[in-house]
Amino acid sequence: MTAPTFLRPLLAAVLLLAGVAAGEVTRAAGPALDPARAGPCVEDPKLMRRLHMEFLKHDRDDTVRRGIRPVKHSLSACVDCHASAKDGRVLGSERHFCQGCHTYAAVKLDCFDCHAATARQPVTASAPTTGVRQ
Amino acid sequence: MNPVDKRRRDFLGGAAAVAGAMIAPGVFLYDYAQAGSASSAPASGKVRWGMLIDTTKCATGCNDCVVACNTEHGLPPAASPTDAQWIRKVELKDLRTGAVRSAPVMCQHCAEPPCVDVCPTGASFKRADGIVLVDRHTCIGCRYCMMACPYNARSFVHEPTTGQKPDVPRGKGCVESCTLCVHKVDRGGTPSCVEACAAAGHEAILFGDLNDPASEISRRIREAATTQLRADLRTDNGVRYRGL
Repeated sequence: MTAPTFLRPLLAAVLLLAGVAAGEVTRAAGPALDPARAGPCVEDPKLMRRLHMEFLKHDRDDTVRRGIRPVKHSLSACVDCHASAKDGRVLGSERHFCQGCHTYAAVKLDCFDCHAATARQPVTASAPTTGVRQ
Repeated sequence: MNPVDKRRRDFLGGAAAVAGAMIAPGVFLYDYAQAGSASSAPASGKVRWGMLIDTTKCATGCNDCVVACNTEHGLPPAASPTDAQWIRKVELKDLRTGAVRSAPVMCQHCAEPPCVDVCPTGASFKRADGIVLVDRHTCIGCRYCMMACPYNARSFVHEPTTGQKPDVPRGKGCVESCTLCVHKVDRGGTPSCVEACAAAGHEAILFGDLNDPASEISRRIREAATTQLRADLRTDNGVRYRGL
């Protein structure tokens, strides 16, 4: 079926509106990442994607300046959970957790200029995890 | 108590018990997860961490404290004079008597630290428990603190770093120095140099709370004469030396 030329934009708009109404707007596929450890993150993942840097910034001052070690949002704990089971790291390729997402989002990643990008203990993909880690 | 009050009291008591049972597991799990090996309490101003270095026990030629420090913090062995070095062995010889003394020198964790006074960004700071640190998030690498330090205790990182330890982030462009192994102390441990010295059988370095009159370090500095390096500067060092 072909619509007359003058109707095509109108038809497209109607189809688009119908799509939005039905929640059919498709997002681009996210980065393909090696799986994290099983278990919940310390915050809702949607919140973490947006705000992890703010959480880390708040708690880093507690640790560095005030000596509070087991904080809820700790970069070492992020690395421990999200390190790839293959090499225990969060950097190295676009399948690694931190590098993969930062490359996808085109955001410069400075943390690991100084911080270790390797998990403190060997990573097994199925190991359970507690919500709060040191 | 009339029967109505009694029933009401029993009901409220039961309700409280049920609520407690519902809340308790969550609270318990949270506390359990928090407990670990470290306390979540901030560094206390009631404590002042310090060290006593007994030069009569420190062995000439022994380098174990320096090696332990490098291992603990992921520092490469200092190959050139500009490489980072948090602790170094110094040998002193009295030319008149020929007496030789050997001692490690590191950040003296002053009560009045000149490095903190001069820092333009507030990156150099003293914790409540007396440990002097650099907050690398704020350090701009100006090296003013290195010039201010009377003990030559601080180093600048000139080269990109690799192999950092998870507890000891360090990177190019920042000044750093002995942290008194703050990551271990916060978890109830002692600095690595102290452990290495004890493991080597010298026990020349003692770590403890200078504010606690009952601590071993307080007892020792009360009983024997000890000195602070460059006491004339009145920086009130947390590291004291015996036998200099």
